[in-house]
Amino acid sequence: MFSGRLNLIDRPVAKGKSEISLSAFSFLFSEMVQYSQTQVSNIGELERRLEDAGYSIGLRLLEMLCFRERNSKREIKLLDALKFVHSTVWKYLFGRQARDLEQSNTADDEYMISDNDLFVNKFISVPRDMGQLNCAAFVAGIVRGVLDGAGFPARVTAHFVPIAGQPRPKTTILMKFDASVLQRDLRLPSS
Amino acid sequence: METINSEIFTLMYGSIVRQLITDLEDITEVNKQLDTMGYNIGVRLIDEFLAKSRTAACTDFRDSTEKVAKVGFRMFLNTTANVTNWNPEGTECSLVLEDNPLTDFVELPEGCSKLKYCNVLCGVIRGALEMVNVQVECDFAKDTLRGDELNEIRLKLISEGTEAYPFKDDD
Repeated sequence: MFSGRLNLIDRPVAKGKSEISLSAFSFLFSEMVQYSQTQVSNIGELERRLEDAGYSIGLRLLEMLCFRERNSKREIKLLDALKFVHSTVWKYLFGRQARDLEQSNTADDEYMISDNDLFVNKFISVPRDMGQLNCAAFVAGIVRGVLDGAGFPARVTAHFVPIAGQPRPKTTILMKFDASVLQRDLRLPSS
Repeated sequence: METINSEIFTLMYGSIVRQLITDLEDITEVNKQLDTMGYNIGVRLIDEFLAKSRTAACTDFRDSTEKVAKVGFRMFLNTTANVTNWNPEGTECSLVLEDNPLTDFVELPEGCSKLKYCNVLCGVIRGALEMVNVQVECDFAKDTLRGDELNEIRLKLISEGTEAYPFKDDD
């Protein structure tokens, strides 16, 4: 149908080394947030739309990262999948590993990845009447897509957590896994 | 200048287009919405462009298009465009883009052949130039996603205003 150019799936997968200015991303992201604001009526829905946008990215990102970094091997254990998100996915998105990966004290199906100053929020100032809106819901959606595609369904949300001694709060991505994931993980032989 | 991985930009743009198609369903509406979004970006982007590139004022339309193609595209999209196909009066030209970061992994399905996927770029150019008093019309002449060899944006100069001092001197 398209002569001359190779079909998309026949072309070699790009190396992924090209860069683009942060301002281009920020402009586009701000337009996405503004457009989403016209389609929703409250903050929860706005965060959900951002998450959905990230979700479809996460699904595709999982395939590409596994192909590029891991020779198409995928994690099957929960802790390995979390480490994959914490290091590989974060390094792809932000150029470095995430700051912390911890398990919640109150529930054993909740895990948290925290980081400071995600570039997604760099040029976003949240007005007071928007309360706790965190546009890192977009990143939470990406994480949810990666985990869901890998077979670890979870509810992933982004929160601001103030830290003593730091002027700006850190961003925490909270992942609450389905019961089926934990049960399956218990059944797997531990390495 | 801070840079990030360009693929997240590509993937996010794809996500935006997909959301628009799901919400609006009519392809001409999607094209219009992309152009509007680009216009909103363009009117703010021009400030950053002027501040960071520190260029002198452009002498004429040719100069403006060269700046857009070489400096502007490189600054924001890390790619350059070539200005070609001038008409005899010097009021129309083409910006030719060889590789476009917006379309890196994209293939248009059958039902979306009228979609101008990169219409946001047209809006950005139109919005940015309008803020410096150059009115243009901007459209895609050739599109790699529809089978052409490269991307070509056709720029038509409508009018060039002079800088109007916004305040009255005697107030």
